[in-house]
Formats: sequence, C-alpha cells, structure tokens
Amino acid sequence: MTSRYDVIVIGAGHNGLVNAAYLARAGLKVLVLEQREIVGGATVTEELFPGYKYSVFSYVVSILRPEIIQDLELPRHGLTLLPLPSTLTPLPNGDYLYRDDDHYHTLREIGRHSPHDAEAYEEYGHAMYFMAKAIKPILRMVPSDPSSLDPRELKRLADLGSHFLGIGEDNLHTLIKLMTMSSADFLDEWFDTEPLKATMAASGIIGTFMGPRSPGTAYVLLHHYMGEIDGVYRAWGFAKGGTGGLAEAIASSARSFGAEIRTDSPVVAVVTRGNKATGVALEDGTELNAKRVVSSLDPRRTFLDLVPADLLPSEFVADIQRFRFRGSSGKVNLALDAAPEFTCWPGNGPHLRGAISISPSIDYLERAYDQAKYGEFSHRPFIDIVIPSMIDPDMAPPGKHVMSCFVQYAPYELAEGDWETRREEFGDAVIDTLSEYIPNLKDILLHRQVLTPLDIERITGLSEGNIFQGELDLSQLFFLRPAAGYANYRTPIRGYYQCGSGTHPGGGITGAPGRLAALEILRDLGL
Amino acid sequence: MPIPTPFHSRTSELNQTKEWREWSGYWSAATYQHTHEREYFAIRNSAALIDVSPLFKYDIVGPQAAAVVDRIVPRDITRCRIGQILYSPWCDDDGKVVDDGTVWRLAEDRFRVTAADASLRWFQDCGAGFEAEVVDVSHSIAALALQGPNARKILLELGGAEGLIDLPYYHLTQGEIGGAAVTITRTGYTGDLGYELWMDSADALEVWDRIVLAGADYGLLPAGLAALDVARIEAGLLLIEVDYISSLKALTESRKSSPFELGLGWTVALDAGEFVGRRALLDQAARGSEWSLVGLEVAWSDLDRLYAAFDLAPQVAGRASRDPAPVYVGQRQIGQATSMTFSPMLKTYLALATLERGYADLGQTVELEMTVEYQRTRVPARVSRKPFYDPPHKRS
Repeated sequence: MTSRYDVIVIGAGHNGLVNAAYLARAGLKVLVLEQREIVGGATVTEELFPGYKYSVFSYVVSILRPEIIQDLELPRHGLTLLPLPSTLTPLPNGDYLYRDDDHYHTLREIGRHSPHDAEAYEEYGHAMYFMAKAIKPILRMVPSDPSSLDPRELKRLADLGSHFLGIGEDNLHTLIKLMTMSSADFLDEWFDTEPLKATMAASGIIGTFMGPRSPGTAYVLLHHYMGEIDGVYRAWGFAKGGTGGLAEAIASSARSFGAEIRTDSPVVAVVTRGNKATGVALEDGTELNAKRVVSSLDPRRTFLDLVPADLLPSEFVADIQRFRFRGSSGKVNLALDAAPEFTCWPGNGPHLRGAISISPSIDYLERAYDQAKYGEFSHRPFIDIVIPSMIDPDMAPPGKHVMSCFVQYAPYELAEGDWETRREEFGDAVIDTLSEYIPNLKDILLHRQVLTPLDIERITGLSEGNIFQGELDLSQLFFLRPAAGYANYRTPIRGYYQCGSGTHPGGGITGAPGRLAALEILRDLGL
Repeated sequence: MPIPTPFHSRTSELNQTKEWREWSGYWSAATYQHTHEREYFAIRNSAALIDVSPLFKYDIVGPQAAAVVDRIVPRDITRCRIGQILYSPWCDDDGKVVDDGTVWRLAEDRFRVTAADASLRWFQDCGAGFEAEVVDVSHSIAALALQGPNARKILLELGGAEGLIDLPYYHLTQGEIGGAAVTITRTGYTGDLGYELWMDSADALEVWDRIVLAGADYGLLPAGLAALDVARIEAGLLLIEVDYISSLKALTESRKSSPFELGLGWTVALDAGEFVGRRALLDQAARGSEWSLVGLEVAWSDLDRLYAAFDLAPQVAGRASRDPAPVYVGQRQIGQATSMTFSPMLKTYLALATLERGYADLGQTVELEMTVEYQRTRVPARVSRKPFYDPPHKRS
C-alpha cells in the first residue's frame, strides 16, 4: 500500500487527462494510470518511421470545448490548433469537388456541378446553424434521467424540454428529421450533386457501423457544423504535433495542477470494499488506494472487465453487454518521399492542406458498407485523408510527407479468415483505391502502418476497435449512454465513476465527457 | 498615390486578393490569400515573409555617432556593444514619445536607427553640433521580415551568415544571399522567432526569390499586414498612430504619452547622461504616471454569454481592429482600448488599452465596450501580462 489518493483515473486518453486536470485543479490529489508507455490513448503521435510522425489513430480535433481550452489553459501548455479549411473530393472521372473557407469560390465550385446545389448549400448552412446552436448546450449538459423523481433530475428534464420548445417550430421539425433520417435521405432533400452529398454524408457515418442510407445517421452531420458555429474560434482543426500534441498539452496542464501521471501501469481491477471502490490493482500486483476511482475506458471495460459482476445490478450488466461497439474502421498511415500528385489537381496547392475525401457518390459509400455488413472489409472503401506535414511541416523531414488515411469499412469480425492474416490485404486495398486518384503513390511510398479494428483494440484497449467507445446512434446517446439511469457519470458502485467517450456526449475529441464527469465528482464532494 | 516597394513585382504577383494598404506611402499587401488566417499561422507555425521596406531607416555615422544616438534615445547607448540592437522610444523635450524603433550598433562610430515615421530632421536637430552625420537610407535599403519557428532553418538552408545559428535575440550579423550583401538582424514585429533582412534595393528581388525557394519545404508563405497586425497584438507590441500618438502630431496635450505611460519605463535610463526629454522624465518618474498601457484579455466564455443574450453564437471578427473602444469600471470610463483582436493561438480576445493609474494592475477586472446587434454592451476584461503570447523560441 502506498500513499492514498483522492482520485485515481484509469486511462490517460484525452478524456481521462481532462478529467484528471479538472479534479487536480480543484485541489484534489489525483493519479492517472496509463497502460501504455505514452499518454494519449487514441490521441497519440508516434514516430514509427524515422523522421516521420504519425497521428496514429485520431487525426483531427473536432469540437474540443472552448471552456476546456480556457479552464485548463491549454494554449499555455502548447496546444496549437491549425486550421483545416478545405475538403477535396477527387472523382474517378478525373474531375473533383473542392470546398473551402472562400465562400464564393466554394459556391462557384459547387455551381460547376449544379447551380441549384450552390444555392441550396447556402440555405443548408443557414439551417444547420440553428441546428448546431440548438444542440450546442446539450454538449455541456449532464444527461437527465427521465425515470427519476429526484427534483434535480426533473429540473434538468424540464430545462431540456423548454430548450427544445424554444428553438421554434421549423427548427424543431428539422431537428427531428436529423435525429431520425438517414444522412442520404436528409441530404436528398437539399442536393443533387453526388460527390457533395456523399462527402457530407460521410461525416455522418464516420466511426459508425452504418451506411449513408441507414436511419439515424443524419444526426452526426451536425458535428461538423458544431465545429463551425463559433466561427473565428475554430474548434475544428489539426493539432500541431498531431493529436499527440493535444494529449501532451492536457497532460502538461494536469501536471501543472499537481496531478501525477504514471505510464506503463495497466490496471487489471478496481478494488472494492462492500459496494464501494477503494482503489485499483495493477498488472504487477501493486494495489493503490483512492477515495474515488474514475474509469475513462469504454463501458465494456469499465464494467465487465474491471469490477466484479456481483456488484452490478443484473439489468445494468445486461444493458452494458448489449451496448454496441462494432468497430467499423481502420487506419493506414503512410510516409511519403514527396507530395502526392492527384490526377484531378496536379501539383502542390491548397487542396493538399485540407481534408481529402474518397467519397465520389452515395452508392460508392453504400456499396462499401454492403461488403462490411456481410463480414468483409470494403475493397473500395471510404477514405478520409489528411496530410499533416502539409499543415505542420514538423511532422516529416523537409519536402517529405506523412499521410493519414481513415478507412471505412473494416468490420471487427471478418466472415472469411482473420485480421492477423488479412491485414496487409486490407492495406493493399487502401493503397490500390488511393492509387486510382494518386498515380504516383506507390512510387513515393516509403513506409506504411496498417491498423485494423483488432489492432486498434489491442493497442488502445477500445473494444472491437470502436473509435467512439460505442456506436454513436440515437439509441446509445444522452440518457442512454451507456445505460439508462447511469448516464450521469456515476455507476452502481459508490465512489466509482466513468468519464470516457462511452458517456455523454460521446466520441470525438471533445473532452466534454471528461469535464462533465469531473464536475459531477466535485459536486458529490461538495466542492 | 502610394508607390511600389522594391519587392512589388513579386508581392503584386502573389497578392490574389488585390487588397493593399498604404504604409508610409508604399503599397503594402493586406492579405495575399482570401483570408489572412493561413498567413497568420505561417508566422506562428512555420515561417512567413513580410515586406517591411516602408520602415524608415537612418544611418548615423561619425566619431560622435554614439553621442548623437545617446542624445536621441532615453536608453544608455554606451552599453550597446557592436552587433547589438536596442529597442527604444524617443521623446521630445517634455518627455513625450515622438516615435519608437530599433537602434543598431554597426561599428564603434556607426549606427542605424529604424523608425515608423520620417525622422531625418528630428535626428539632425538632436545631433546639431556633434561630429556625426545622419543619412536617410530609407529608399536605398529594402527590408524583409522572415518570421516564425522555421525562420532560422530557412536562413541556414541559404548558407546564411557567420554566427547565424547562435545569433542572439536583438543582435545582428552580416551575410550574403545569392551574392547580395545582407544585414541580418534578429528582430521583428511578431513576438516569434524571427529575423529581418536588410539589403540594397537593387538586390531585393534576388534575395526574395532565394528565400522563397529555400522556404518551400518549411511552410514559408508571404504574409500581409492583416496577419502581422494579429501577431503584433499577441506580442503586446505598440503601433504608432493607433496605440499612441506621436507628440509631434498630437492635436491635444492629453493625446501625448510618456514612455512610462506606454509601459516603456524600462527603456528610460535616467542616470545615464543627458538625452532629449530627460529632465521632464525625471520629474514624471518622481510623480508617477497617470496612465498606463496594459494588456486586456476577454475570456471566450464571456463573449459566448454576451452574444447568447442576443440569441447569437459569438460573432467575432477574425481581423484585428483599430477602432478604439471605451473601458469602464462601474459607471466611470477609466480609459480606452486601441487595438483588439481574437487570438487564434490563445483562443481569447485581446486588447491593448490605456487605463488610469489605479485600474491598471495585473488581474484588475474592467469592462470593455462592445457593440452587439447595434447595441453598445460591455464585456468583462482582465488586465493581463504582456506579451500575451511569448514562446520560448522567440529568444532561444
């Protein structure tokens, strides 16, 4: 037994670190335990090929909450968010669709494909502003429990109700459509241009095991607009140094408030006495005491791996067992000897400094999903690309590049063979797909890292390789994340809390679960 | 009509927006690309090339050059070694600031002074009776600022100059780029790692081309004044005619400022011999100054709240503003903010403000006027340390 901590946080992913930083900031003695040799979880930068730094898993900062940046003084701790203002959709016929923050240029560019869509695009952006504004407060709200009679819960529920009634009838209708429709159907109401619809729909399916025609995918379209609503703030961007740069900044902030972070310290169990968490046991047999324990791991690990099942109500265990993970994506990171040369837009240019999306049509995406539905990875997948070295030259040697490719779909379980034997085949499918748009890719390829959902699970601990710690669809959001009655970051075990993306408001680099959980813990402590 | 700088044939080709500002009578690119944001991030994240030729430059040469410079500026020039540079304001007889710039010691008997305004007559008057000559080299010397964390790497790629790798902050060295003689000073107006390169106007294009080529793999971009304005506010650097008014141009006494009032008291060496304005400043040092130029920070959460009251998400301009705004404590106006910008690095809203003594201490909360939905409103602001952004690589 060593010194006693006020709180032990399991896992130094970005939410675990945010949680620890907030708790330490409030004066608590906090210890963060990380299984790996580096902090960050799925927000890490690693130099896997000499001189080339990969944002190994997550690759853009989506809607990191401004209050977190401010409270934790992240800029002072080295956080730099670089703009990622454009999206290029290269097309098989040698054409492309390009959008960026040059408003009229973007409208002309869409107008080249469809004059109707160019005008619809403006209207759509206007409508989405109201949607994003309606949803934004939810991101900083602790989910209410609709079945509870606790006055505080009832008030939260009433506040939520009046918030939605206050957004106006038209907006409410649009919001309900967003919550229930497929992204393809929703976008069909606005647009004709296939690459435009497909690229927008793609943002609704990232990380989910659903296709653009699956109901419920429209909601995730909003995420993009939530990043834009604050305009000049630009919460949407690329972290200098890769996403690991963000994790380092949060870790530095946490340490500055007095938190201790130990790497190479895998936790195997939460130690309990009666129905109360009293500490954790490490893989090497060490037991560490704490008054409270917070897990930033996903719900499966938090409840089914770390604590004895007999401490949890059976219906809760059943809920967690049914919580859907279903990893659907892989990641391919490339080291390149030169800049990639696109058939549709040769040479260097602004198109290489933004996102590049292999999503030529809704059919293309849906076909990619079809293969995955039946247990095969997409042979022509949706690929979301960024070239970090174009945005932050420090990511690769001068004139050389790293390319981050998020690849969907890759089901966790393959119908034929297994990932151990088919990993490189998956990598080849990605390179072959990319080569159709970037003919010089194979000539400039120096190194590749292929990550399947199985690899993501093994390295980061994310169950089934689900990047959001559980499917982001309506049935697993808000007061159902991760289970009814336990969406307020508490658990059936006293002194045991959850703060990962498996809690509200879910995945993506927001830091919001980590922060909201910390605020609830502090409330329980009367701080 | 403004006239072109020696780099105009390059900058005009690159200036896609065709947006120019007039800077001391020269064409100066405001922003090369449709938004200045990328140029700003080049300054902070990679490297930016800025045409700063419109700065005024004077050489002061002769056996008594040091005595003349010592007379002009309140700093102690006897302590300026050869190759060293000092930042300094200079004052009139009443101790009110006329202008500010850098003073370089090129040799025992040779100095260069950069200034924001034409200063030949002022310097000549200050040097009357001394054995030294003031030469206006403003038009014959072209100048480029190479600013950003990759600036040193780019200069080294060019072969650079002797001692460049260790050249300390506010020092200079002589080098050669593409056969052209270039004076390299480790100075700038961005608060980042950076250099300024000074060359004969005839060599300007050759030097520009070499730097652009060497910088291609280091994320170098040409940057205009819109990006520079954001960076200089983050660096807490003052701009004449905006944050203070030259005493030679002020229309009222109250518009004049002493170095103490501008937060430049550290440049005033009262016990190091005679300089213009010394007696007045001695007096003022004893009395203390009534005003103080400070940094203000407005938290994003406060802007969010302010706009939410109008049912809006925050709508904050990306560009720096030079429209002054009153600053209040309670019902009392206690000063004015003169430069404001949202800081993309710090994610807060920054202002440079001149406040009454008594309200200018670090941590003091004041209220800054902001117009939202045509209504004058106020947002809380806190007196903060300047520079707001001060990365270690600025000096390392």
